[in-house]
Amino acid sequence: MSTTEDVATEQEEEVETDAVREAIAGAFAEHLGDGLLDQHIVPGRDLTIRVDAGSWVSAARFARDRLGMTWFDFVAGIDWLPSPFGREMEAEQDWVVHGRDEQETEEMSTGVAGGDSRFQAFMRLHSTEEHIGVTIKTDLANDAPAIDTLIAVYPGANWHERELSEMFGVDVVGHPDLRALYLPTDFEGNPLRKDFPLVARRVKPWPGIVDVEGMPEEEEAADESAEAAPATGDSTQGASTEGASTEGASTEGASTEGVSTEGASTEGESAEGESAE
Amino acid sequence: MTPIIAELAYWQETVLRGLVGLVAVLLPTGALVYMFLFKMMSFMQSRLGPMEAGPYGQLQLLAEFGKFLQKEDIFPSKADRFVFAAAPFVVLVSTFLLVLVLPGGPDAHFVDLNTGIYFAMAVSSVSVIGIMMAGWGSNSKYSLLGGIRAAGQLIAYELPLVLSVVGVVIMAGTLNLKGIVLAQSDFGIWFIIPQFLGFLIFLVSIQAELTQPPFDMPVAESELVTGYMTEYSGIRFLLFFIGEFATAAVFSAIGATLFLGGWTIPFVDGSSEIMNWIGPLVLAVKMVLIAFLIFWFRMTYPRFREDQLQRLAWKFLIPLSLLNIVITAIFKVVF
Amino acid sequence: MSTETTTEVDINDIDEVDQLRYVAARAADARVNIELETEGMTLNIGPQHPATHGTLRIVARLDGERVIQAEPIMGYMHRGYEKLTEVRTYPQVTTLINRIDWVGSFANEVPFILASEELMGVEAPPRAQYIRTALFEMGRIANIMLFLGDMPVQLGGVTPLFYAMRDREFVLNQIESATGGRFHPNFNRIGGVKDDLPAGWIKETKSAMQRVRDFCDEMDDLVTGNEIFQSRCRGVGIIPADVGKAYGLSGANLRGSGVDWDLRRDQPSPLAWKDLDWKVWTHPDGDSFSRFWVRLQEVRESSLMVDQILDGLPAGPIMAKVPRIIKVPAGESYVQTENPLGVMGYYVISKGELTPFRVKIRTASFSNMSITPWLLEGVYVPDIATILASLYFILGDIDR
Repeated sequence: MSTTEDVATEQEEEVETDAVREAIAGAFAEHLGDGLLDQHIVPGRDLTIRVDAGSWVSAARFARDRLGMTWFDFVAGIDWLPSPFGREMEAEQDWVVHGRDEQETEEMSTGVAGGDSRFQAFMRLHSTEEHIGVTIKTDLANDAPAIDTLIAVYPGANWHERELSEMFGVDVVGHPDLRALYLPTDFEGNPLRKDFPLVARRVKPWPGIVDVEGMPEEEEAADESAEAAPATGDSTQGASTEGASTEGASTEGASTEGVSTEGASTEGESAEGESAE
Repeated sequence: MTPIIAELAYWQETVLRGLVGLVAVLLPTGALVYMFLFKMMSFMQSRLGPMEAGPYGQLQLLAEFGKFLQKEDIFPSKADRFVFAAAPFVVLVSTFLLVLVLPGGPDAHFVDLNTGIYFAMAVSSVSVIGIMMAGWGSNSKYSLLGGIRAAGQLIAYELPLVLSVVGVVIMAGTLNLKGIVLAQSDFGIWFIIPQFLGFLIFLVSIQAELTQPPFDMPVAESELVTGYMTEYSGIRFLLFFIGEFATAAVFSAIGATLFLGGWTIPFVDGSSEIMNWIGPLVLAVKMVLIAFLIFWFRMTYPRFREDQLQRLAWKFLIPLSLLNIVITAIFKVVF
Repeated sequence: MSTETTTEVDINDIDEVDQLRYVAARAADARVNIELETEGMTLNIGPQHPATHGTLRIVARLDGERVIQAEPIMGYMHRGYEKLTEVRTYPQVTTLINRIDWVGSFANEVPFILASEELMGVEAPPRAQYIRTALFEMGRIANIMLFLGDMPVQLGGVTPLFYAMRDREFVLNQIESATGGRFHPNFNRIGGVKDDLPAGWIKETKSAMQRVRDFCDEMDDLVTGNEIFQSRCRGVGIIPADVGKAYGLSGANLRGSGVDWDLRRDQPSPLAWKDLDWKVWTHPDGDSFSRFWVRLQEVRESSLMVDQILDGLPAGPIMAKVPRIIKVPAGESYVQTENPLGVMGYYVISKGELTPFRVKIRTASFSNMSITPWLLEGVYVPDIATILASLYFILGDIDR
């Protein structure tokens, strides 16, 4: 694997090539011909290819038989429609405190390796000997999304496809027993579709910043840094209502909590050999 | 002892016997439950066990008794009511019948049967009926599985139990339990030494007869939730619980009688008058010793699967006990 | 589970009482459909049962003591994580995903944080990576010690559980003193960890690790050497390596079948595993005993790794420079790590917003459990408990 140079510092001028993954993509192209619609390689990291619906099973079979990718990771779906409910992150309080930004209607865009439809299915396969994996995506029809079953190639796809069908409403052709996996039998709707509302947020809007009052040291530091740092609009400080964390990613010297020594400072390198003892 | 007993009317004697029998069963049961289940098990598992009720938790059993009394008497909806209700009593009946033949001293016994040990073995099988009644009458698949497993297991292990005892009988020359004890004191040696193999087989068999781990398939907690006892609650469950530990106590006492010399202690004449008073205490101590072994195995080992259990009984223990009988017989004849 | 009744009634058209009747009738139908099958007996194991770690239901069709067909029915604990992550900011997601595998919980956060860091192009400083690795391994130890105590209980030996719980407390105490939470540390942040280690922590953790090693030796005596345990586990639930891979088994389940694959060694990762000297344990048999044995060795190995990590802890900052508001640039990233239960992966799709666009959570126990219908055919009823115990799943990991 041509990874060692990739994991190290990037060299700006050089275009990185990943010979192994290029070879794999080439093998897919050769086997599938027109079935391979797009590919995307992150050098040293990952390979994604997009195939058309007819090549879904044969791509998997090729990967298993010829490329040694015998380990089945998962099959899942993506719904690329931007949520019609907006970000669901704004609450009245936030608008009052921080002002309200424009609610843009987003265009639907698909991710790496392209795609034309709203729904995509993707699977991930891995080789435990070569330590390399591939993500295979495919587009699904917008009205009645359907896909072929992979059970003949990887028996482990059984449950994944059941979940795919119940969560996205995808019909898996050839699956012996397409019952709901997680949801009760009477459940109506496909939860992971973007137009299926998250009922908790419909019922009760996001409460916004809950911990209005911070710890005493935080308040001082927050005051200081609010003057020092350039204000960047709303500060979603990760004041989650789930409980555990205090500050999210704030790093502006506000780490006066806990029993730590000064090693927690983040102004670059403080290479004074402070140990935790 | 004998002069006092002779002066009582028959009904008074019967009442006295009844009370003493009750005490003889329940007191060791309580002691065993406290000592081994509460305390020894806890210490082995690096915890303290009940400490609140009474000093060091000694009154815990009383508290448990009170707790069980208060519970609702639940009948499963389609259970066979008579069978369901009668099952714990059938199990207890077999325990009380066993106590009848236990000799606590030369004259301290309830009934002196000439076929003492034979009667004991026969009567101990009655509990199988009780367990199957519980399994069937609960109208639950878990209980049914537990009851059927119990039937297979208990019947399978009856044979090694009986055969291991035969060696002792050959050496003592009598089926009478008092005679067996006196034979040990006559020989000057407790039967555990010449009959060590028999003793081991006896221990394994009673572990299985009591459905204790490693032979607790009928009550496999992680699969059957409590097997045939699943649907029982309140007093009925307490009866099963008492039955389990009372039977453990009684079987240990029988083991002590057969192998550890019963009420006799070395250097004291077995049939002297004083043994009528000390004898029961001596027997109790020996019973605790054997019960200790039973519960020690219980806490340590995982359980056998049903087929492994059966294989152990039929293919291993029975041939071994037959071998034991043959060797004992040869020695008896030759020497 | 329930066959469709012939007439479809729209449940919103009828009033309350009738709604209840309708639901009850459907449920009764379902029960009857299961119970009237005369071939063999259908036993419902769960959802409340001592053998299933959590609310898992297994419907087993039995013929005497043999299983003809067994099938897990899950979803009793489905919490909808993938939908929930779409409405949480990136730092908030970690509080959610902590609870997927709630026993080795620090390990759940790490792949997600790594995926986010990769998309942002941020790399946590070495000290943070070492601290992460140490807590990761300690989460593994805590998780698998629970397994080591629990599997004998499923087989009937109640005592090892208490030793496991007792010695596990020391590890959990250390996790708590560093992060503030025994089970849900929520200590990872994008760019590093939340806090530095408290004073005296390294020494205490080393003594805790020594206790863990003593415990492993005790387990060797008490459990793996026990003949009954071996006769219950050897040859039971054999998973051939290729079948395991086709089902997506991972972790000790696959290593117990002889597959020498461990993401800590085989996948480049910013965490500190590449700097450590350790060994991957495998066992060729593929039965329940080998899975137990492999996990026992892994605990011992993890404790040695923690010692090495703490010895070589670099000095420096624990947090990289990240903006105050985390907006992860658009892209897709998939990171897998070798979690205590197996391979856990997060496929994070980001559109440059505050919240992820889609997170696909690949959990180990989901794939581990998917093999049970195939594996439980033809075994005895007691072996169901053995096999389930040896596959070691956590309900939250299956159901998400």
